Amino acid sequence: MTRLNVLLHEMVPDHQIMTDEDVKNLLVTFDITEDHLPKIYHDDPAVKACGAKPGNVIMIVRKSQTAGEATSYRLVVRRPKK
Amino acid sequence: MTSPKRIGKIEFGILSPKAIRDMSVCKVIWPDTYDDDGFPYPKGLMDPSLGVIDPGLRCKTCGQKQGDCPGHFGHIDLAKPVIHVGYTRLIRKLLRVTCRDCGRLLLDKEEIERFSALEDDPYSAETIGEKDIKKERICPYCGDQQFKINFEKPTSFVEIVTEMGEDGKVHKSERKLTSADIRERLEKIPDDDLRLLGIDPEVARPEWTVLTVLPVPPVTVRPSIILENGQRSEDDLTHKLVDIIRINQRFKENQDAGAPQLIIEDLWELLQYHVTTYLDNEVAGCPPARHRSGRPLKTLSQRLKGKDGRFRGSLSGKRVNFSARTVISPDPNLSIGEVGIPLAIANEMSVPVRVTKQNLEDMRVLIRIGPHRPTLRDPCGANYVNRPDGRRIRLIAGEEGNCDTVAEMIEPGWKIDRQLRDGDIVLFNRQPSLHRMSIMSHHIKVMNGRTFRLNPAVCPPYNADFDGDEMNLHVPQTEEARAEAELLVAVQENILSPRFGGPIIGGLHDHISGIFLLTNQLKWYTKSEFLYLLKYTEMEHLPEPGKVENGIPYWSNKQAFSMILPKDVNMFYKATCCRNCDPCTKNTFCPNDAFVRIVDGELISGTIDKKSVGAMDGAILNRIIRLHGTQRAKEYIDDLTKLSIRAIMLYGFSYGINDTDLGKEEYKQIRDVLDTAERDVANRINIFEQGHLEPMPGRTPEETLEMQVMKELGKARDRTGDIASRHLGFENSAVVMAVSGARGSMLNIAQMAGCIGQQAVRGERIVRGYEDRTLPHFKRGDKGADAHGFVRNSYKSGLNPTEFFFHAIGGREGLVDTAVRTSQSGYLQRRMINALQDLKVAYDGTVRSTGGKIIQFVYGEDGTDPAKSASGLPVDVKGIAESVLKEEI
Repeated sequence: MTRLNVLLHEMVPDHQIMTDEDVKNLLVTFDITEDHLPKIYHDDPAVKACGAKPGNVIMIVRKSQTAGEATSYRLVVRRPKK
Repeated sequence: MTSPKRIGKIEFGILSPKAIRDMSVCKVIWPDTYDDDGFPYPKGLMDPSLGVIDPGLRCKTCGQKQGDCPGHFGHIDLAKPVIHVGYTRLIRKLLRVTCRDCGRLLLDKEEIERFSALEDDPYSAETIGEKDIKKERICPYCGDQQFKINFEKPTSFVEIVTEMGEDGKVHKSERKLTSADIRERLEKIPDDDLRLLGIDPEVARPEWTVLTVLPVPPVTVRPSIILENGQRSEDDLTHKLVDIIRINQRFKENQDAGAPQLIIEDLWELLQYHVTTYLDNEVAGCPPARHRSGRPLKTLSQRLKGKDGRFRGSLSGKRVNFSARTVISPDPNLSIGEVGIPLAIANEMSVPVRVTKQNLEDMRVLIRIGPHRPTLRDPCGANYVNRPDGRRIRLIAGEEGNCDTVAEMIEPGWKIDRQLRDGDIVLFNRQPSLHRMSIMSHHIKVMNGRTFRLNPAVCPPYNADFDGDEMNLHVPQTEEARAEAELLVAVQENILSPRFGGPIIGGLHDHISGIFLLTNQLKWYTKSEFLYLLKYTEMEHLPEPGKVENGIPYWSNKQAFSMILPKDVNMFYKATCCRNCDPCTKNTFCPNDAFVRIVDGELISGTIDKKSVGAMDGAILNRIIRLHGTQRAKEYIDDLTKLSIRAIMLYGFSYGINDTDLGKEEYKQIRDVLDTAERDVANRINIFEQGHLEPMPGRTPEETLEMQVMKELGKARDRTGDIASRHLGFENSAVVMAVSGARGSMLNIAQMAGCIGQQAVRGERIVRGYEDRTLPHFKRGDKGADAHGFVRNSYKSGLNPTEFFFHAIGGREGLVDTAVRTSQSGYLQRRMINALQDLKVAYDGTVRSTGGKIIQFVYGEDGTDPAKSASGLPVDVKGIAESVLKEEI
């Protein structure tokens, strides 16, 4: 069975796994630790598609009504039950 | 200051019987409070060791006085265990997932491993739920057959026992589980199995959910009050506790006397009822316990729940001092940044002022005047003097007063509470406070009368009117608060709304009508008329007259308006009164004078109306704020409102019943139009009834007919409006208001003079009422215009009875809609505010929660403050181009 790669859909923004180096820089720029980042569940279809594992940080570049293009970062976490 | 701490974990547990006994200072056994002499019964509910509520007495337990003693818990030993209503869900779950005999979890080792991944973190572990266990299975440990357990509200559990009878058939029988049975079963559940269920047995053993001992809250929690007639009135909780103890004692006596099982069971149930209602008096399936007067008692859970409960009412809600509230009324002579307050309020409220070497003498003067200020002309005084040691001296006016003595006592370091006077800054607020402009700061103006006065131009941000609205006023008490009020909360700082990036303050109805009358077409004024118009604006000198005829100088209406504009405004746009002609004449001559051209602060052509000065529109105001800032904008609004009021006074503006009169010819035309329309409708109905109607794609013939009829009648109504408006011109005030955008629309005028038109419910013609007809006045199945709510009369000509009824139906729908919308959006707003209230934009431009967690990496993704944006865009390109080129682009 061929599965749809959600990342190819035009309404799904670009998800990229960040390198450790980039993550370190990110945390320094915003003067935060990893738990200050927004979260995303490990079983999110886009996360599964780009192959990120809990602990990875994902860079999401999406179209924005106000700014044209907006970047955000999310930490992949395990989804708790319920 | 202590630095903020991170919460590591929160542990929720259940109070154990041992803990209850340990903290108890008194075993309560006497079901009463005070004896006839007014002394508390020992071991009663008001036992002196439970705390003090009477002033002067000392606590028997801690020896402290009332106010210092926090109160102490007592306890009641229950004759038999009773279920805690708050834990019935948990009890049900535990009874269903554990063995009725050995108490083990009804899963074997493999299943446990499959369902619960305890992993390394026991707190986020996945726990086992009711669904994971199959019904009526056999215990994997002791092999006992399990039965179904039913929960019956509010507190009983029934086990359905299935047994193989001697005849080989399955017998079902119900067995009620007593609280004692349940407790016994819960006791048997091993600690390790509880952890799998997400329960920490150290702090919450399940059997503790079945009460054997009941804590008695301290008297400070349930104080009795003494009524005017000297009678004591006890708190609802005390009443309920009296019931519990009385039944409990009777239960014990019966038990000791060896009463029959039936009586014991009855008493047990009664005890359960009392304990249940003591904890929660709104449990489903349980009649609420009532006071003698019939009012339901307010017991423990009612104290916490709901809008007036402990959380929403007492902890989140705050009451404040230094606030005032009264009715509001308009005063167009005030600036928009001012508020008129009654002298009585100004005398009562105060601002603390520090006494320094520099102001010592001034302060002495204030104190000598004291709290007495009989008229507006008298200087303000002071109400209190605060000494550095924290003592407070109340100033008393008059011969026997202390003002002169206190005035001599003061020295630097003291503080005095000065009465309010003109120019003090205050916060002004109207509920519901839906956006930040609901609280703005104004400078006060002390006035006669008993109402707050405000400039009608600031009504839109508060959403206020003067039909009896009340508003609140707060006096900032510190220098920081006053500075923030001045710099951030001031009215002029809030002219631009962050909601849409445009001005929310501006001209109201009369201002727009007035400025429209003034600026429409070209008019010439003599010197006295011109000065009359601009009398109350900040005008310094007359401009050059626009023309001189027969040696008399004349000034134009456009010049009058230009007087209040800054000299560098360049704008070009279409006004509200633009009729969208094709082709548009633009810069040349517009027949409606609807193309506004402002060059170097001079109105060259065009009419000023809603688009230019209206609240939530205000194109000129917007430009002035960008060019000259908020202070100039405030002055502009003040000038504008004064100019427009003068203009409307110069021309006069009124409306009467005969303003809706049309000519004979028009009435005939309207009659013809409506007759034709009704005939047309009848025709279509005929076609439909003969079955010749061609349905539209995707619609039934009935729907098609309805749509055609609606369309036809709507067109007819519009046609009558056109006929009416052809007859009514700018000499008609309603037309002026509609065209300028001040209030109302041409549709309203058409309904007054021409025809009200089709009444609708949910966008369709009115169909409900009697069987196959709307009213008994019509034949069954009549599909005609008049039978389904078409009103052919106008408000002027008056409605006939059936029309009146249909109109009432249509009107009611509007009212219901408004009521539903406000309640729904209010709740929506509450939820949104609760979710967003602690977010703020940090200095690095990120949006963060109080814990420093990032919500948005750049505020709004573009980092733009909407209140500083140009209607949402970061740069106002059109405005800049116009300013530079000084011509339309």
